[in-house]
Amino acid sequence: MVRMKNVTKVYDSSGTVALDGVNMTIDEGEFVFLVGPSGSGKTTLMKLITGEVRADAGKVIVNDFDMNKIRRHKLPKVRRTLGVIFQDYRLIDNMNVYDNVAFAMRVVGASGREISRRVPYVLELVGLEGREKRLPGELSGGEQQRVAIARALVNSPRMIVADEPTGNLDPVRSLELMLLFEKINEMGTTILVVTHEKELVNALSKRVITIDEGHVISDGMDGYFGL
Amino acid sequence: MSLSRGSYLIREGFRSIKTHSFMSFASVTIIMACLIIMGSVSLLSLNIDQLIGDMENQNEVVALVDETYSSEDAQALQSLVEAVPNVSDAEFVDRAVAMDTFMNNFDRDFRDGIDETVFRHRFVIHLDDISLMSETKSALESVEGIVKVKAHLEYANAFITIRNIVSVVSLVLTVILVFVSVFIMSNTIKLATFGRREEIGIMKMVGATNSFIRLPFIIEGLVLGVLGGGLAFLAEWGLYGLLTSRIMGTLAGSFISIIPFDKVAVPMLIAYLGIGVFVGVFGGVNAIRNYLKV
Repeated sequence: MVRMKNVTKVYDSSGTVALDGVNMTIDEGEFVFLVGPSGSGKTTLMKLITGEVRADAGKVIVNDFDMNKIRRHKLPKVRRTLGVIFQDYRLIDNMNVYDNVAFAMRVVGASGREISRRVPYVLELVGLEGREKRLPGELSGGEQQRVAIARALVNSPRMIVADEPTGNLDPVRSLELMLLFEKINEMGTTILVVTHEKELVNALSKRVITIDEGHVISDGMDGYFGL
Repeated sequence: MSLSRGSYLIREGFRSIKTHSFMSFASVTIIMACLIIMGSVSLLSLNIDQLIGDMENQNEVVALVDETYSSEDAQALQSLVEAVPNVSDAEFVDRAVAMDTFMNNFDRDFRDGIDETVFRHRFVIHLDDISLMSETKSALESVEGIVKVKAHLEYANAFITIRNIVSVVSLVLTVILVFVSVFIMSNTIKLATFGRREEIGIMKMVGATNSFIRLPFIIEGLVLGVLGGGLAFLAEWGLYGLLTSRIMGTLAGSFISIIPFDKVAVPMLIAYLGIGVFVGVFGGVNAIRNYLKV
């Protein structure tokens, strides 16, 4: 669950106003696309959710944590309720598929037994059974993104935040990935996908929040506005 | 922290050394090289210090006994002389022996007509600390029966000045070397961890705490530090032994004494391992500090 009220973020170094009085709510179990042109503030909004930056004004609540007041050493607690997926996958190159996913569980202190039970299940869910021993470099872009999704999913997060997850994939793989997100959403996980791929957004008929120049300019089920 | 988590983090530290083997090799090599340079300068200054100490010991003080004293009476002063503070040892020299020693340095013609009564009984004295030579001279002069004390204060002062200069120079050199070495070593470790900033970023994003991220780096730094320090110690041992045997084989070897490695081995090993571990652990933790601020 995400709530933003009158959120403003200005980058000190450049004086750029990234977000200006943004109001937004994403409820538990929703599937939301966040769209907008480059430089519109999408990434800043994502970073506010993951705690990489703090708002200069307004209120940001993520999974019941007040992101303006949370102390830095408590951030891991928030992040454990989120699964973050990036355009460039961000896998650890020298770890195989299994370890890349298991690693996220080790971080939160899961036991060996829990890991050996959960990781194969998640890998099967994203369609990577039989690929456990492969290194990221031996996989296609789509498969690498599935590993990243498995890693994001493995700790059963309340919400998955994906930043341009299909940016490096062809249209067929992109659609497959979105259908996978839809499947995950049906299992109860909130999904927020940041993208600017109009066809994908329109193909899924989900809630779309459009942002431009730091303002939310539309929020509804009407598809991509094509800014 | 659970046992399985702890053992996982330790395994991670070792795995990381293996995975980043080239940078691990570079870190160990730099730690080794810096420690060998630091150790060599320290050993050199210790040997110079000992050399000056030996030369100081050869700087004797001669206390002349009243000429009216018989040999026995003069010798009886030995305990009084030795009781003077800062006197390391005192050797009684009879006037006849003193004359023989003196005469040996001159031609026969010159010796003719000189009687042993010209010489006095004396004590040849070595001091514990030549910087207190002036005070010791006064104290010896106040011993009843001692009429004159011959002490080369100017030599003593020269030795003290040389020793002070050597001490200051070696201290300054060592301090500079420590700073330079720590700087080089921590930068090498920083470089080694630079390639892993993305890995750290991923760890942060999946909810790793800073201590979870740091521990494998601490283990890694500890292992690399012990390895670098240990290898540097062995190399220094070999180099010092080689150099010592070369010097002792030359003419210079008969004039100077060199500190045997066994005498400094334990403190040196402790220092090498200590510095190696400090630089390894501190360098590693310090290097990743910026990446943890995400």
